[in-house]
Amino acid sequence: MSDPYSGRGNNDASIAKPGPRSELAGAADGTAKPAPGAGPFLSGAGMTGGYGKGPDILHDCTIAVDRGEIAVIVGPNGAGKSTAMKAIFGMLDLRGGHVSLNGEDITALSPQNKVRRGMGFVPQNRNIFPSMTVEENLEMGAFIREDDIDATMEQVFDLFPILRDKRDQAAGELSGGQRQQVAVGRALMTRPKVLMLDEPTAGVSPIVMDELFDRIIEVARTGLPVMMVEQNARQALEIADHGFVLVQGRNAHTGTGKDLLADAEVRQSFLGG
Amino acid sequence: MDLINAIVALLNFVLIPATAYGAQLALGALGVTLIYGILRFSNFAHGDTMAFGTTITILFTWLFQSMGISFGPLPTALIALPFGIAGCALLLLMTDRVVFRFYRAQKAVPVILVIVSMGVMFVYNGLVRFIIGVDTQRFADGERFIISARDFKEMTGLDEGLALKSTQAITLVVAAVAVALLFWFLNRTRTGKSMRAFSDNEDLALLSGINPERVVMVTWLIVAALATIAGTLYGLDKSFKPFTYFQLLLPIFASAIVGGLGSPVGAIAGGFVIAYSEVMITYAWKKVAGYVLPESLAPDSLAQLLSTDYKFAVSFAILVVVLLFKPTGLFKGKSV
Repeated sequence: MSDPYSGRGNNDASIAKPGPRSELAGAADGTAKPAPGAGPFLSGAGMTGGYGKGPDILHDCTIAVDRGEIAVIVGPNGAGKSTAMKAIFGMLDLRGGHVSLNGEDITALSPQNKVRRGMGFVPQNRNIFPSMTVEENLEMGAFIREDDIDATMEQVFDLFPILRDKRDQAAGELSGGQRQQVAVGRALMTRPKVLMLDEPTAGVSPIVMDELFDRIIEVARTGLPVMMVEQNARQALEIADHGFVLVQGRNAHTGTGKDLLADAEVRQSFLGG
Repeated sequence: MDLINAIVALLNFVLIPATAYGAQLALGALGVTLIYGILRFSNFAHGDTMAFGTTITILFTWLFQSMGISFGPLPTALIALPFGIAGCALLLLMTDRVVFRFYRAQKAVPVILVIVSMGVMFVYNGLVRFIIGVDTQRFADGERFIISARDFKEMTGLDEGLALKSTQAITLVVAAVAVALLFWFLNRTRTGKSMRAFSDNEDLALLSGINPERVVMVTWLIVAALATIAGTLYGLDKSFKPFTYFQLLLPIFASAIVGGLGSPVGAIAGGFVIAYSEVMITYAWKKVAGYVLPESLAPDSLAQLLSTDYKFAVSFAILVVVLLFKPTGLFKGKSV
């Protein structure tokens, strides 16, 4: 028996609440230190590592976003796009590389402390509190704030007007696109210094996807750096200032969105010609 | 007249006792359902937690009685209750600190915690017996009846008496206040909302800056309060015996599961469903039937479906039926 604390196949929901185990609980926590040199606002440089004691998924992978920019991470399935973003956020064990935010090396900080330093993260799945109302979801997003949150909530409602109408409805009852808006809104409630989105358009219709992209551009225009992982490479690169194409956990191509869209090799391998 | 007598008998022997018992079960089930929702496991030590909280309350009741402090017509135990809650909270927090926290750090899956809670149950079991012994303790004082059966008969001239024990009324009032406070806390306060958020989505709660250890601590505090109140009310209404409290675990779990584990409203509804079923099935209906039915149809036997010794079979049967046909419970528990 390798793990004496595993469930040994128990599925009895009447004695133990089912659901995935927490990915974040018990994450290592350290302190931040000044980063050498002036780099981009948020960067994960030369990251190598994987989940727990498992094999490396990322190999010397670098992704970054600077002030007022949108950075997009694209690549084929299983390229480690989401993993790279989670690595920046401290959700896997890095065996090499550094994460820096605003001139500080924050590699060793736990995800919770990274949130307190101003990183807003929207996970791909399970990114809302389903049984709570939209308004309560936003309130919980602002949990770490001590000041008045009404103004920020108004801004989120201005950005996503549909949420204002549904503020008293349970978030779990909303449509896929509306849930994503709640998820992004929740992350914005902390007034983050950088916003990280893990496939915000997964599982929504093309029309909703276009609208979500418009909203994300709107957010970025306010000066908030946005880093996102996207499946829809073409649309994402069109709005990107910087694009990172990952293949098997390594940087394959890096450049501005326009350059990557024009690059013959990128077009052929990832964008369908 | 016969019909009124039947209704009075029904109220006296079934509805009033079952309502008080239901309120006690509901408070117990609320504690179970909170732990299930937030700490993700079924806490088998809950019955003995109730016994421990009640033990401390009884000790303080005796202390106050020996000092000559009383609460007028109300039982002295109500003054001792806050001290019982504090003692129980201390024990639960210490248990969490030395036992449960270790398993959380190991990222043990919930079913391991269920087994751990059984170990805790045996320890509490022994602890309570060490402190207060295995015997039955009666600690109710103050006025015994609000209306006694004799007064009622004299007042109304009916053949049947209706007794309303003060402990039954106190049970209902205290339970209503406790439940109202709990719902206000969970739905209106920042800490309460953070507990619901944690129960909904643990990782997202962490990403929102909610401190899990604080949520766990507040949960144990609330559970200590609910368990001590439930145990003290049960002890006032009937009597305190450690083994009875251990046995209460079954109807309490049945209540929580019937209502839908993880759903506070469900726990309350489940408590009453179990209590009414238990009392109605073990009640001898001969008297009521005698009033209602014509003489030729009146039963000769007691018309009792099950002897009261088998009352736990009722909650067990309901539990099995619910798990077979509506496993999410009446109020759509989060899971199951």
